[in-house]
Amino acid sequence: MALWGMVIDLDRCTGCQACVMACKAENNVPAVGQKEAGRGRIISWMQVLTETDEEHHSEKMRFIPRPCLQCDDPPCIKVCPVYATYRNPEGIIAQIYNRCIGCRFCMAACPYNAKYFNWYTYQKEQPGQNPDVSVREKGVVEKCTFCHHRLQKARERAHAENREIEPGEYNTACAQACPAQAIIFGDLADPGSEVSKLARSPRAFKLQEELGTKPKVIYLTEGEGGG
Amino acid sequence: MVDHKDDYEDILLAPIAHTGPGFYWAVAGLSVFILWGAIAYAVQFHQGLGVTGLQQPVSWGFYVTNFVFFIGISHAGTLISAILRLSKAEWRRPITRMAEVITCMVLFIGAGQILIDLGRPDRMLNVIRYGRYQSPLLWDATSISAYLTASVVYLYLPMIPDIAVLRDRLKKRKLFYSVLALGWTGTEHQQRILNRAIAIMAVLVIPIAVSVHTVVSFVFSMTLQPMWHSTIFGPYFVVGAIFSGIAALIVAMIVFRKAYGFEPYLKPIHFRYLGQLLLIMALLWFYFTFAEYLTGYYGAEPEEMKVFWAKFTGPFWPFFWGMVLCNFIIPLSCLVRLSRRTIGKVLAASLSVTVGMWLERFIIVVPTLSFPRVPFPEGVYSPSWVEWGLMAGSFALFALFYLLFTKVFPIISIWEIQEGREVGLKEVEERLLTYLPDEAEANILEASRGR
Repeated sequence: MALWGMVIDLDRCTGCQACVMACKAENNVPAVGQKEAGRGRIISWMQVLTETDEEHHSEKMRFIPRPCLQCDDPPCIKVCPVYATYRNPEGIIAQIYNRCIGCRFCMAACPYNAKYFNWYTYQKEQPGQNPDVSVREKGVVEKCTFCHHRLQKARERAHAENREIEPGEYNTACAQACPAQAIIFGDLADPGSEVSKLARSPRAFKLQEELGTKPKVIYLTEGEGGG
Repeated sequence: MVDHKDDYEDILLAPIAHTGPGFYWAVAGLSVFILWGAIAYAVQFHQGLGVTGLQQPVSWGFYVTNFVFFIGISHAGTLISAILRLSKAEWRRPITRMAEVITCMVLFIGAGQILIDLGRPDRMLNVIRYGRYQSPLLWDATSISAYLTASVVYLYLPMIPDIAVLRDRLKKRKLFYSVLALGWTGTEHQQRILNRAIAIMAVLVIPIAVSVHTVVSFVFSMTLQPMWHSTIFGPYFVVGAIFSGIAALIVAMIVFRKAYGFEPYLKPIHFRYLGQLLLIMALLWFYFTFAEYLTGYYGAEPEEMKVFWAKFTGPFWPFFWGMVLCNFIIPLSCLVRLSRRTIGKVLAASLSVTVGMWLERFIIVVPTLSFPRVPFPEGVYSPSWVEWGLMAGSFALFALFYLLFTKVFPIISIWEIQEGREVGLKEVEERLLTYLPDEAEANILEASRGR
């Protein structure tokens, strides 16, 4: 069975936020408005975190695009009281919006702050949204799903044509949109896939690896040349 | 025993028999705050949690703080009363009921905080339909409902003889008291069964009470977050809970002593003993806090240190040092010498501890969430009027529940006071004698020494 994962090359990331916008459009992520944004309530499944380099203060900025890291041992699903978030067999951490009671325990438990809350009814169903992704109501938690609806579509297509999903047939919106090709998506269970090869690179690291959450989003550090 | 109708019963029955204007003023005053809370909740229910000051990353604030605080207060009652009963502390007699009522009332308020905090209160029952036992939230639900059940039973059982007194002596609510008195006539057989049942419940309630605040702490310590993921959180929370519980109990005792003229029953000696208990808990609390923070500081893990310094010198310093002042310095200076002006000092210490323990809960919940591990934009949490309203309303609702209880049932156990006069005195004397070496033993001892 496939194990979907992502590699993000920090050397290539320019911090242009194309991934963020592509994600918002693809997944019907609401724009919360200026007032709510000012109160720290932006919803951004893919968020570019910025970090100043400790060696070169304020001279150099590090951009870390952070989707949900789809941990293999996720702290968020452990604490959910109602099975509203769980790991599916292909390693994607799913979120059941219609079951979530909005206790926000998963948000408190996620060490990557990858979960977002609908503090108000930010949007209703309307034309122009992606019909494949349900619109979230107020009071529930949401997060990146690795564009799971695209996997479902690809699988249906492959099934109709009586074949397996081909590599590259299922891709996330952020990976597709990245102009620098810093985001590579694919099957980590297939040792020949590009994402698997990159994940084995000596530059590969995981965010907060010491926590033992086993993220399936792997980063490649800036190379020597970048310094 | 119930047949005895001395004058001293009248003071205890007076609040139920007569109602003065003070009661209505108190109810009116409390209702204002409850109304504020109700309006706040209506607004929140209608619009969503957006009306609070919560945001990303501080997704838990006042409600969770109040949850931990109120559940902590609940340890006043049943636990203290059970320990005092089991240790045969004779001075417990006028105190136990007051303590037990706090537990039962405050548990409702505490559990309510979690419901207020839900983004989707309409889906509350999903916790039962799809309940996932691996989540500490389910442990909380189980433990708290067990504690509530046990506490209500433990409150009710010792009240049966008193309800019988009310049934026989009051002219109002005859049917109500008759049903609740369960046909109590005070025969020896009934008394024996009752004492047995109370003893069983007292033993049963202690582990449940300990489990309650342990699992409340697990909500935090089971996560990986800095300054939450700590093995001593269970006992640390239990100690803090008993600490704040005693403080709340003392405040309630002093209020009702004044309001109902219970001075003959609640004497300075009671407050001195409780004050000493509070002092011990203050020292224990300080020990745990010291151990917790020193361990974090010495290990100096960068993520822990971010939160650590935020509390010590960063944006949360007023809360942190306020907590140290209220939980340790003020109670310590008030409680070391209690021989004179006991009640004033104990009251000052208790009010201070109540504030301090609230700050402690706040300082545990909010700073950790404010400083995420990843370079996520840091959040500044400031509660909105809705959260203030619900907090004021919760406190007022608790006070109102308590007040109404005192108007329906005697808040000081009548029969236990009588038992103290009639049975307790003799029992204590006999018990004391068993502690001392008797003549035969003394002779044997002398003989063996002589040889």
